[in-house]
Amino acid sequence: MLIDWFTVIAQVINFLILVWLLKHFLYRPILDAIDAREKKIASELSDAAVKKSEALKERNQFLQQNEVFKRQHAELMAKAIEDATSEKRHLLENARQDIERLRLKQLEALNSEQQSSIAMLNRRMRDEVNSILRKVLIDLSGLSLEEHVIEVFISRLRLLDDSGINRLNLAFMASDNPMVISTVFDLPLELRKRVESVIKEIFGESARTEFTIAPDLICGIELNANGQKLSWNIAGYLDALGKDVDELMNIRFRSEAEDKSNHAQNGDEHGNGT
Amino acid sequence: MHLSPDDIIYWQYGYIRLNATIVFTWGVMFVLAIGSKLVTRNLSADLQRSRWQNLLEMVVTSINQQIRDVGLVKPEKYIGFLGTLFLFIAISNLITVVPGYEPPTGSLSTTTALAICVFMAVPIYGIEERGLLEYLGAYLKPALIMLPFNIISEFSRTLALAVRLFGNMMSGTMILAILLTITPFIFPIVMSALGLLTGMVQAYIFSILATVYIAAATQVQKPEP
Repeated sequence: MLIDWFTVIAQVINFLILVWLLKHFLYRPILDAIDAREKKIASELSDAAVKKSEALKERNQFLQQNEVFKRQHAELMAKAIEDATSEKRHLLENARQDIERLRLKQLEALNSEQQSSIAMLNRRMRDEVNSILRKVLIDLSGLSLEEHVIEVFISRLRLLDDSGINRLNLAFMASDNPMVISTVFDLPLELRKRVESVIKEIFGESARTEFTIAPDLICGIELNANGQKLSWNIAGYLDALGKDVDELMNIRFRSEAEDKSNHAQNGDEHGNGT
Repeated sequence: MHLSPDDIIYWQYGYIRLNATIVFTWGVMFVLAIGSKLVTRNLSADLQRSRWQNLLEMVVTSINQQIRDVGLVKPEKYIGFLGTLFLFIAISNLITVVPGYEPPTGSLSTTTALAICVFMAVPIYGIEERGLLEYLGAYLKPALIMLPFNIISEFSRTLALAVRLFGNMMSGTMILAILLTITPFIFPIVMSALGLLTGMVQAYIFSILATVYIAAATQVQKPEP
């Protein structure tokens, strides 16, 4: 008989023991180790996936922030350029106003200088003319200039119409003051009497006179009856001459000032251009 | 000359006989258990692991995969039985290269014992998975008349399992022994190498058939849609 039943039973028991042993020492530890490793790999993979998604999120966030920064940068740049342009415009305007102010001040200074020059020139011219005239009149007539002036004044008085005489007379009558005769020079007594007699002849015996010296009257004489005046002098002629001279000087100074201003403006523009 | 290692008796006390089959089986059990214990003593769950651990993992995962391929969805449940079946037969057959070793699988008693284990495991797993009534009902399918044939099939396939393995291993040993007497050189080596291949194939066939039987028994009949 090939089958030994005792051996069969023994082998069945042996086999079952071997099943238990291998289950305990081989399959379970090996399968557990494999499971643990798979779990570890799965967790590492899921960690990696989480990190990847986080990285993607951060990347997107970074890109978004970068975009915002770029936009803000562009906006700030545009604003800065706009501010700088307006500031430049403002500064240029200020500079222009300053230049204009300086130009006006310069013009004023020039004008005042011109005025003072003209005034001085006038004065000197009047004096010169006065002395020349005086000399000429003396040389020509052989009379003193005062006499000649008195003669002219007397002839003027005589030529006065009634309304003129009345106006002067009324003015004289309205106050207690005497009629004031102003001359540049001190009249000699002889001439004074002559003038007084002519006045009394025209305005009556009651007319009182007083003689004063007025250096402003250039080579002339003035009768002042309480504000009403009758005068003759060469100041009028000199004034007309002075006005002509002023006109001429004004034209010359104006053209010079304009030339200077134009020159300054051109220089300014060149400066801005560079 | 011994037809079976059962005939080599080392010790006997009445009915109890300590023959070569049992002794060599113990040897194989010792090799398997100690080898496993030594390797699994320092198992690593990291990516770096020893080559012996790698080898065992490969063996275990291959067995697992084979069981799954046959159709058992939870191979971890069956690997204890089916894997041990394969490893025991394979190691028993491979150690034939050691001179003086008699493979326990060359004994009809051992193959019968293993076939009986399979014969018992099939209904145990089947009832556990499907329930007693459903399992027993499977014998009546497709018709009541098939009951005796199904029962005969159960016994005959168990007998076939035992005899197939025994025949192959015994014949291998016998041929080797005969050849050693006729041509002591070269041929026994070739036949021994061939015997190793046959041994592995038989281990595979035995365990895969056992898997198929268990799979057939545990297959839950799904209602047709």
